Amino acid sequence: MAQQPFIARGFRARSSRMAEAPRLPPGQYETNDFPVLSAGPTPRTSLSTWDFTIRDADGRSARWSWNEFQTLPRDTPVVDIHCVTKWSKFGTKWEGVSVDTLLAAAASQDVGSGPFVVAICDGGYTTNLPLTDVTGGKAWVAFGYDGAALPPEHGGPARLLVPHLYFWKSAKWVRGLQLMLTDSPGFWEQLGYHDRGDPWREQRYQGDP
Amino acid sequence: MSSDIRAIPEAAAPARLEWRVAKVVDVRDETPRARTLVLDVPQWPGHRAGQHVDVRLVAEDGYQAQRSYSIASPPEDRTVALTVERLDDGEVSPYLVGELRRGDGLEIRGPIGGYFVWDVAVGGPLLLVAGGSGIVPLMAMLRRHALADASARAAVPVRLLYSARTPDDVIYHAELEQLADPPLVEVVFTFTRNAPPTWTGYRRRIDRAILESVSWPPSAAPHAYVCGPTVLVESVATLLVELGHAASRVRTERFGPTG
Amino acid sequence: MQSEEMRLDGNAAGGILRDVFTHEMTAALASCGGCGTVGPIGALLEYGQPMGIVLRCPTCDTPVLRIVRTPGLLRLDFSGIRLLTIPERL
Repeated sequence: MAQQPFIARGFRARSSRMAEAPRLPPGQYETNDFPVLSAGPTPRTSLSTWDFTIRDADGRSARWSWNEFQTLPRDTPVVDIHCVTKWSKFGTKWEGVSVDTLLAAAASQDVGSGPFVVAICDGGYTTNLPLTDVTGGKAWVAFGYDGAALPPEHGGPARLLVPHLYFWKSAKWVRGLQLMLTDSPGFWEQLGYHDRGDPWREQRYQGDP
Repeated sequence: MSSDIRAIPEAAAPARLEWRVAKVVDVRDETPRARTLVLDVPQWPGHRAGQHVDVRLVAEDGYQAQRSYSIASPPEDRTVALTVERLDDGEVSPYLVGELRRGDGLEIRGPIGGYFVWDVAVGGPLLLVAGGSGIVPLMAMLRRHALADASARAAVPVRLLYSARTPDDVIYHAELEQLADPPLVEVVFTFTRNAPPTWTGYRRRIDRAILESVSWPPSAAPHAYVCGPTVLVESVATLLVELGHAASRVRTERFGPTG
Repeated sequence: MQSEEMRLDGNAAGGILRDVFTHEMTAALASCGGCGTVGPIGALLEYGQPMGIVLRCPTCDTPVLRIVRTPGLLRLDFSGIRLLTIPERL
């Protein structure tokens, strides 16, 4: 039998919820901060050793060094981001290479495709996503934030940026995408977070519709 | 400080920790930013010095926040004292330090902890290193030491090294001056931001030289407990090991970033 | 702020571990599946809050224990622990 929770007299959340505001997904509140959330220590990868790889299920791969990556066409998306821990931040400014650009270049090198991807990161973090959620102009590998180089605590040298999904999918310290034939839950998904993570449908946890 | 003296409870802890609604029976401002809450907890099983409780706040709209706070009171006290320092951008500490008052209920569970604990049976010498509000669990240890019987107390020399921004930020300042009883109990302060011109003691972050001067040598095999902001705790623990202390003798409790 | 300044340690996981185990767990000794270092759970480095708890080996950073609480479910991954030794009397 559920117990009535004890209500702490006079306690309220620091930020007011504005779930009715159209720009805010359900259950979120707006913040002007940019909280740092990490599953482990900050990796320190020098640009001279950094590379980015797209690999298919057969092991064929396309690879870019940092200098090669910098020669690719870049975008400057301005996007709202939503964390599963309930904060949302509007109008964040990024600079990066579209995942479409990278996949097209990989395809031209005979790298195959797959319906799912796993982002592979320094420090061992992984996250899984449907391919359709990183194509069609919806995702970038971002190395600039707010007009400057992406700082290490926010994922620098580069992170995945997939703003239409909860921000744990925007994997920090990303080093590559593995194309998969089957969905393979990543670091947080193995522990119960959703395989897709659409904030507008509140897909926070496994089993959320 | 304590209303009743109670027998030290047996070591066994209950199988499952339940949330209980404690009653705030007293509040006491320690510094401009820190306040002690004295709680009467129903069916409190007793605790060991160094343990903490989890505090849970539920708002009327169902919003929940949970934090951990170290127990400041010694096991001998019948009530449970928590000392909380207000973080400016905190969500829970401003409520506990600013809003909560005598007669209010507060939901807690505990006691929690089996690693960062000290009993007289652990022995000494005892080196306590505190940064800011990290003094709280160490104060429970110091108070336990003060209440031990004379022979047990005499067998464990204690040195407390306490790093605070300024003398006004020292929690329990008057009580620490009272508890100081050299050479058995020594209290050493260092102030990192400001101290009056008359202060002749340390005026900097804890470094190797201070630790070497304050601590016993590794040959004395002191039990060290280090608590406070993460950066301080890791720096001090690393330095103690570099000075030759066994890592297994250096116990740490990180409080996260400074306020 | 870097994650290293924000991290806590296994002491902070003491409450949730009591929900799972009937013993006080911060004093339990875990041997790291990555490097074999043995140490108390209280001495593991804690990351991941508030999404979950990730306790890592202070020697090699391998995740030794991971815990996530979702509505109605508590999931634990302790594949990073090779051996757990729990004192039954403190």
